[in-house]
Amino acid sequence: MIINMNARKWREIKQQIGFMAVQLAAVIIFIILGILLYFIFSRGITVISWDFLTKMPEKGMTAGGIFPAILGSFYLTIGAILFALPLGILAAIYMTEYATQGKIIRIIRIGISNLASVPSIVFGLFGLALFVNYLKFGVSILSGSLTLGIMILPVIIRSSEEALLLVPNGFREASLALGATKWQTIYKIVLPNAIGGIITGAILGVGRVAGETAPILFTAATFYIRKLPNSIFSEVMALPYHIYALMTEGSHPKEQKAIAYGASLVLIIMVLGINLLAIFIRNHYRRKKKW
Amino acid sequence: MVNSVTNMRMEVKNLNFYYGRNLALKNINMGIENNKVTAVIGPSGCGKSTFIRILNRMNDIIIGSRVEGEILLDGDNIYAPQVDVVDIRRKIGMVFQKSNPFPKSIFDNIAYGLKINGISNKTEITDRVEMSLKNSALWEEVRDRLDDNAFELSGGQQQRLCIARALAIEPEVILFDEPCSALDPISTAKIEELINQLKERYTIAIVTHNMQQAARISDYTGFFLLGELIEFDKTEKIFTNPSQKQTEDYITGRFG
Amino acid sequence: MQLKKKKEKLLEWLFLFFAFLSNILLVGIIIILFKESLPLFKEIKVLDFLLGRHWYPTYDPAEFGILPLILGSLWVTIGSLLVAVPLGLGAAIYISEIASTSLKEILKPVVEVLAGIPSVVLGFFGMVVIAPFLQEVFKLPTGLNALNGSILLGIMAIPTITSISEDCLSSVPRGFKEASYALGANRWETMIKVTVPAAFSGISSAVILGMGRAIGETMTVLMVAGGSAVIPHSFLQPVRTMTATIAAEMGETAIGSEHYYALFGIAVVLFILTLIFNIIADLVAQRFRKRIV
Repeated sequence: MIINMNARKWREIKQQIGFMAVQLAAVIIFIILGILLYFIFSRGITVISWDFLTKMPEKGMTAGGIFPAILGSFYLTIGAILFALPLGILAAIYMTEYATQGKIIRIIRIGISNLASVPSIVFGLFGLALFVNYLKFGVSILSGSLTLGIMILPVIIRSSEEALLLVPNGFREASLALGATKWQTIYKIVLPNAIGGIITGAILGVGRVAGETAPILFTAATFYIRKLPNSIFSEVMALPYHIYALMTEGSHPKEQKAIAYGASLVLIIMVLGINLLAIFIRNHYRRKKKW
Repeated sequence: MVNSVTNMRMEVKNLNFYYGRNLALKNINMGIENNKVTAVIGPSGCGKSTFIRILNRMNDIIIGSRVEGEILLDGDNIYAPQVDVVDIRRKIGMVFQKSNPFPKSIFDNIAYGLKINGISNKTEITDRVEMSLKNSALWEEVRDRLDDNAFELSGGQQQRLCIARALAIEPEVILFDEPCSALDPISTAKIEELINQLKERYTIAIVTHNMQQAARISDYTGFFLLGELIEFDKTEKIFTNPSQKQTEDYITGRFG
Repeated sequence: MQLKKKKEKLLEWLFLFFAFLSNILLVGIIIILFKESLPLFKEIKVLDFLLGRHWYPTYDPAEFGILPLILGSLWVTIGSLLVAVPLGLGAAIYISEIASTSLKEILKPVVEVLAGIPSVVLGFFGMVVIAPFLQEVFKLPTGLNALNGSILLGIMAIPTITSISEDCLSSVPRGFKEASYALGANRWETMIKVTVPAAFSGISSAVILGMGRAIGETMTVLMVAGGSAVIPHSFLQPVRTMTATIAAEMGETAIGSEHYYALFGIAVVLFILTLIFNIIADLVAQRFRKRIV
């Protein structure tokens, strides 16, 4: 009986230790994020001003603003989405609405999954070889956007697929039973009801693209431009690349570091803001949705 | 068995249906009489829902399914290669187990079928929406709220809207797949009454889990068990003097 | 009617083509990587490339041995797992099994926000916060080293590991746990002996996926791992990964030079490695799904 009591106590203690250990893990993650955000916010906020957001860089990147980098990131991101979204939706439509043969679906899935696992720097090299050199687009918004677009294509396909699958089958059946063709059913019933989810996925994709650096290193980005880009064949500054360059190039580390804090804060706010927007849109559509 | 049907609108001949390798329906033969209600009954999983969905080729969309045999509509095989499945579904309407209005307004739910079938004249659409709502006994309840979302209707009203939607494109046959299984008794009664009226103009087949319902509204009844059509005859005969032991067991409540 | 049918068929073919786009792109990437790296292997043997101990791309004569780079990548990747697995898995267990609903509502967004932090910002954080800290604590000449890289890659891998593991843990059927409780096991014993083992292959797949991500990650290691292409002996040493080498050197190479081909050669190795990780992760995940469903 006494042994039993001890054993039970020991089991109780083990449970307490275990609970504390996993709780500690969660707390540490919380703290890491806290420290990260604290440093970037507290140092970055002192740098940010209206001029910082809207002016060109000055004095060899040691003063002035980051406007061309913000603008460049905007162009690249929009370009990537304009490329990836339609293609991703079309692919997703095939997967959810047409595909009937297990084998074909499997092959397509292998393609999507492995494309998603390709390291971003490899996309950068691919873009360099194909768009910049072979197709002669040069280091440009176009090359960068296409490279980024290819990189997020799997993400867009997956999220669009999920959105399409959420449309109840009853809607499709009802439409087909009324004599609608498959395409009419997709175009008039399925897509309008999936659009909220598709947009959410696309915006989350935007959030990812906006922060990517490696794919644009050799395809689009440059450390400094004298004037703002005026065509899709222009080189651009981009926010993430700008942060990297400020920390690794140039001759005034101290001044550049301050600007990098400001640029990092702007980038974080942009990325988190975009994600928040996605969540907001998702909730909006959910509330509107009756099924 | 088929002999009792005199004026066949649809005829099922030697039908086998496979899900992958699995034979789900075995050698089904029956007729569906013009302007009458034909009920299909049987315990869950007997294949009755599968059967009715084959009648307007809804099962085409199931991966790995296969149909053998013939299903004739006015003498033409609807599974013949040159037949356009879209055309078949327009002629043979369907109302589903779970009411499935589109997340659109009441009006647009009905107008949808008209538009995709090429009707673009506004007045004609308005007229036909009104007519089909009247024919489905919903008009009085919704005439002032045609622009409301269909999901704001009650379950029974939604199902009658689905019937109206099917009526609007003027099919020849209407299939009902357990239309009342999710409804309360009052809504059920309304729909049964409606089916009774509709048979004057349409040929109707209905799957039901509810034997009393089959007895109340149908003229012919087929009893399915484990993928086979055990017995098919006039409803009266099935419920008073079935010729098969299994049918008798089922309708007297010994299983199912 | 016939025209309508043809249009439908045409549309289906169109969709099919775009569905295969990912495969086409993947094949395109493979072709281009090989095409741009093959000329190098006319000059040096594949084995000398993979196992060569010296990466001196700009010396005369140049040497293209990527063993230090492969080992550099492996060191920081393994280091990142030592950070990410205990934290990520621990948090996943906490979130799915112990935390109250309101705590979950806080912790899940924390993980999502962490996943959303751009890698360049993490790299920046590593340079300005973690590096000085490591330098101080270990009395090093520089805080830019394998340890710093491991910590950051670990932080990056945490969201992947936590969210997938948590999904797997939550999908373990309740019956398993109830059976364990009914036998007198307490919550912790049930978690460790029933829930986690049942989700094990799913969790492994998450870890392997996280590894694949870490080995392919560029910006953070480029910024914080130190960048010297020598065979690493300690976590406190600066190392250089395959990804960082490509990122740092491609800008300064001439197209068609040996160096250019060699960098594409590294990309081939990187591509194959991540492909292998991904395929293994997929297979393991499939096993999990089969077992649970």
